[in-house]
Amino acid sequence: MADEARPSQRMPRAPWRRRLLRWEVFLALVVAADFALDVRLSPYFLSTETFADVSFNFTEKALVALPMTLLIIAGEIDVSVAATMALVSVCMGLLATTTASLSAIVGGGLAVGLLAGAFNGALVTRWRVPAIVATIGTMSLYRGIAYGILGDRVLKDYPAAFAFFGQGYIAGPVSFELLLFTLAAVLCALYLHRTEFGRRLMAIGCNKTAAEMAGVRVNRYRFGLFVATGVASAAASVLLTSRLGSTRPSIAQGMELDIISMVILGGVAITGGRGSIVGVVLAAILTGLAIFGLGLINVPGVVMSLLMGALLILIVGLPIAGQRLSRTRARAQHRIQV
Amino acid sequence: MSAKSLRMRLGDSRHNVGLALLTAILFVAVTARYPQFASAAGLRDSFDDTSILILLALGQMLVMLTRAIDLSVAASVALTGMCVALINQALPGVALPSLVLLAALLGAALGAVNGLLVWQLQIPPIVVTLGTLAIYRGATYLVSHGHWVNSGNMSPVFLGLVRERWGGVTLLSWLAIAGALLTACFLRLSAAGRTFYAAGNNPEAARYVGVDVGRTQCLAFAINGMLAGLCGYLWVARYAVAYTEVASGFELTVIAACVIGGVSIAGGSGTVFGVLLGCLFLGVVKNALPLIGVSPFWQMAISGAVIVSAAVLNAVGARAPQGQRILEN
Repeated sequence: MADEARPSQRMPRAPWRRRLLRWEVFLALVVAADFALDVRLSPYFLSTETFADVSFNFTEKALVALPMTLLIIAGEIDVSVAATMALVSVCMGLLATTTASLSAIVGGGLAVGLLAGAFNGALVTRWRVPAIVATIGTMSLYRGIAYGILGDRVLKDYPAAFAFFGQGYIAGPVSFELLLFTLAAVLCALYLHRTEFGRRLMAIGCNKTAAEMAGVRVNRYRFGLFVATGVASAAASVLLTSRLGSTRPSIAQGMELDIISMVILGGVAITGGRGSIVGVVLAAILTGLAIFGLGLINVPGVVMSLLMGALLILIVGLPIAGQRLSRTRARAQHRIQV
Repeated sequence: MSAKSLRMRLGDSRHNVGLALLTAILFVAVTARYPQFASAAGLRDSFDDTSILILLALGQMLVMLTRAIDLSVAASVALTGMCVALINQALPGVALPSLVLLAALLGAALGAVNGLLVWQLQIPPIVVTLGTLAIYRGATYLVSHGHWVNSGNMSPVFLGLVRERWGGVTLLSWLAIAGALLTACFLRLSAAGRTFYAAGNNPEAARYVGVDVGRTQCLAFAINGMLAGLCGYLWVARYAVAYTEVASGFELTVIAACVIGGVSIAGGSGTVFGVLLGCLFLGVVKNALPLIGVSPFWQMAISGAVIVSAAVLNAVGARAPQGQRILEN
């Protein structure tokens, strides 16, 4: 078993690393530039409070972005994550009206997320619905159930201790949210880059049929990833609901686009088979810093998302444009030599 | 070859027949209890209410046929609608036809931006339109400074055109009918229309027979944008208000109508008739719910359930011929 795993881990590494490194170095430079810009913009930027504020800007979305990364690498996508968060939040809010037990509320929320993810997984693996179609449907379904149950009401009977998840600190400026995200990121990175399972995910994303013929139980992986994404959405919903202290059915509206943008910004190929957790973590930090910096100069939310959209297209498009340019230049030179 | 295309056609029509039956059953069930639903006026209102969805779904179908997707349509609707509303507010003297033309051109330009990014830079359509969705929505905020344009600020002619009735049917409904006929003729009868199917069904093969796949996709995006621009004016005029969040999330309803109507997300298959049925189905559901006394808050959940079941039915139906896609990825 171990002997079989070794060559598959070692072989593609050399060309891979070079490619990944370039993208991540580029992202890290953008992060550093943004950091420097923020320092210049505000004299209050370099403080521990800022550190905490910046982290709150991305931890919840980034927590979902991690399993989303694995999902997109495997060639699937889940656009129902924000709707799952809303459904989970509504269920937790209802539970909170009957019980004050934290474990019951959080456990119930996570269970709902798991079920929502499992339903997505079943649609894709068992009934062979393309992931984007299936999750556009469940996005409407889950958010719709949240609206149907709650209507225009608000739920806010959460016990006082519930506030810890989204507002509590572990040590200094390190919030519970940040700790949870860091742990999840390390776990995902180890899983994707250091285990056989991670290599298999890459294989599935590169060529599903070939992977299946090579003996990978493709559907089992895909189903598992959808469940993991559902559970992560539920965890993110616990954090967000706890931070806001209340539930409306419109909670986390539009967040799926932010989450997917984060993953793509992190250098993950939307067509599957390529990407790294480090890139996505950098993209998450970049998002947090950018939102904070734009907030410093009083940019409204819609304009922030405009800039994030432009950044997404620029960052994905620029390398491709560069390649094209150098290719045409090389061709021109070739012609001259001939 | 011909046997296969015959089978495909049969499969397609079987799907359409099923969908038509489902819509009819729903319609009859509602009418049995609420006869006013089937009255001429009720029908006209339902269709009028679905017309913008039909126009947008026709454009989205063109894009999806070429194996692309446009998530930015609703934002294009908002941006063009806001632009023409602002112009109408500032300069009420500008003639309406030139405003409508401007809306269509602006929309086509927005669509062409998507198309060029997909064609020239080969960025996946979902990434491009995810980005432009945010950009166009943000631009709507920037041009309006977050203010609303209310019916009081729009000229009566601007508001009146969509309500104009010819033969009892609103201009909006006529536009939807004309759009469907034109699209059907374009796709069925013109060589350019056939390339849309070719480009999406098998891009490699299409390239070998001389179809420029990227260019076809770009054209689809531009046409879709033009329809979105037209719908921007129609939307703002019909609902008599323009603000940043106009049609927010509507892109998913449009895609849902296409998917329910049997347009394949993998490109290359879909018919105007199917899309029409998909739109009418969603329209009947939307208009029937308040009548049956279901809270409008449940509407989203029901259309979600419908999308999911339609997708499952489609996937089960399409299972047999899709087994051959081995080496395409």
